[in-house]
Amino acid sequence: MNIGVMIDSIPALLAGAGLTLRLVGLAVVIGFVIAVLAALARLSRNPLLWMPAYGFIFFFRGTPLLVQIFLVYYGLSQFPAVRASALWVILREPFWCALIAFSLNTAAYTAEVVRGAIQAVPRGQIEAAMAIGMSRLTRTWRIVMPQAVRIGLPAYSNEVILLIKASSLASTVTLLDLTGVARTISSVTYMPVELLSMAALIYLAMTFVVTRAFRFVEYLLSAERRQPPVAAGVSSRTLSAASSQVK
Amino acid sequence: MPDLQGFGPMLAKGTAMTVQVALLSTFFGVLIGIVVAMMKLSASRAARIAGDLYTTIVRGVPALVFILLIYFGGVRLVNEIARSLGHTQHIDLNAFVAGVFALSLAFGAYATEVFRGAFQAIPKGQIEAARSLGMGRWLTFRRISLPQVWRIALPGLGNIFLVILKETALVSIIGLEELMRKTEYAVGFTRQPFTFFLCAAFIYLGLTIVSMLTLQVLERRAGRGLEPMGAA
Repeated sequence: MNIGVMIDSIPALLAGAGLTLRLVGLAVVIGFVIAVLAALARLSRNPLLWMPAYGFIFFFRGTPLLVQIFLVYYGLSQFPAVRASALWVILREPFWCALIAFSLNTAAYTAEVVRGAIQAVPRGQIEAAMAIGMSRLTRTWRIVMPQAVRIGLPAYSNEVILLIKASSLASTVTLLDLTGVARTISSVTYMPVELLSMAALIYLAMTFVVTRAFRFVEYLLSAERRQPPVAAGVSSRTLSAASSQVK
Repeated sequence: MPDLQGFGPMLAKGTAMTVQVALLSTFFGVLIGIVVAMMKLSASRAARIAGDLYTTIVRGVPALVFILLIYFGGVRLVNEIARSLGHTQHIDLNAFVAGVFALSLAFGAYATEVFRGAFQAIPKGQIEAARSLGMGRWLTFRRISLPQVWRIALPGLGNIFLVILKETALVSIIGLEELMRKTEYAVGFTRQPFTFFLCAAFIYLGLTIVSMLTLQVLERRAGRGLEPMGAA
């Protein structure tokens, strides 16, 4: 292993990591908006809503992301109409193509997370809210959403981690994200193992930070399930005795 | 049906290769998963740390980076060994071997967590009962743990299989002639990227549907003899 090459490559790799984060950040936001809409459509009883939503989710979860990126980046240029349209300014840029593919892909997975979370809210609570006369909107806003967020958060954090890793495919459409930089430099220096290991370390660091951040948010949102801080010394001793017995 | 301009048989060959890579990686991945799960549950601290290190690294690094790393790392390793043995020419690594190796390790890392949960889900009393009947460790493992672990782990393994099936597309980047690579040939020749990539997408979708149906059958088979779901 050539340590010098690894250290020298750090600034360039970090610049690539910047692009990775920008792609992931944007895709997370856009994907989430689409996901909520898709999940609501999927839960609707109207076949004109749930059938397209089901098809969208099934297609994007059932095919490789690589195919999806290539479909957007290379595929759309097959149609002269697309190339002639105003959208071509966007669709010829690898950045926007990758972003579109990532957003749609993560939206499909997130839609299932959102749907699962909404469905996991106990039915009795919704009935109770109806019984005291809450409107549909108040019910959704005050009863369903706060609980669905808590239920869905662990699964959603997995999805964000998966997206960070999946974003390495941006390098296949010539983008210089973290993986793209590593591959480009290694094709010049002929030291792929050093550069890819370094990139792998940066990915590990990113996923580690994001995992911790989500765990912190989960902690913030679970206030009512936490043990209250113990006030007096006496009770703390009995508590710790009790908890060590449980173990 | 779109006009494939005679590329149909080529895509079919690529599909066969994709299926082959996915199934082989699953086979080795399951073996790795069982072994590493046992390591993580073992009393040895060193084994536990090694297991944790393996799953953390493989699960924290993008599959593409991992596949490239295995491929280039493997090429370098093979060549250094060859040079030390007096061989002077450059040796290229087989993309099939590197791809299956990388995907097996990826499958194994995810399967480890599934198997760990499954082993822990087996009531301790059953193991104790088997031991008290005089069964040895290995016999207990084979007759009591393993058949039940299979049933408990199956849904989780099915999910990993669906992920790995799609990740086989990445092996095209190191040059394996699977579905994605063959599609790129067809695109290069016909200049119809949308038609052919969409065609590939539907083949993957078909493979996913077949896999899901197969998994359903396997799960039903593995769960026979138990009460039907929801009866309790």
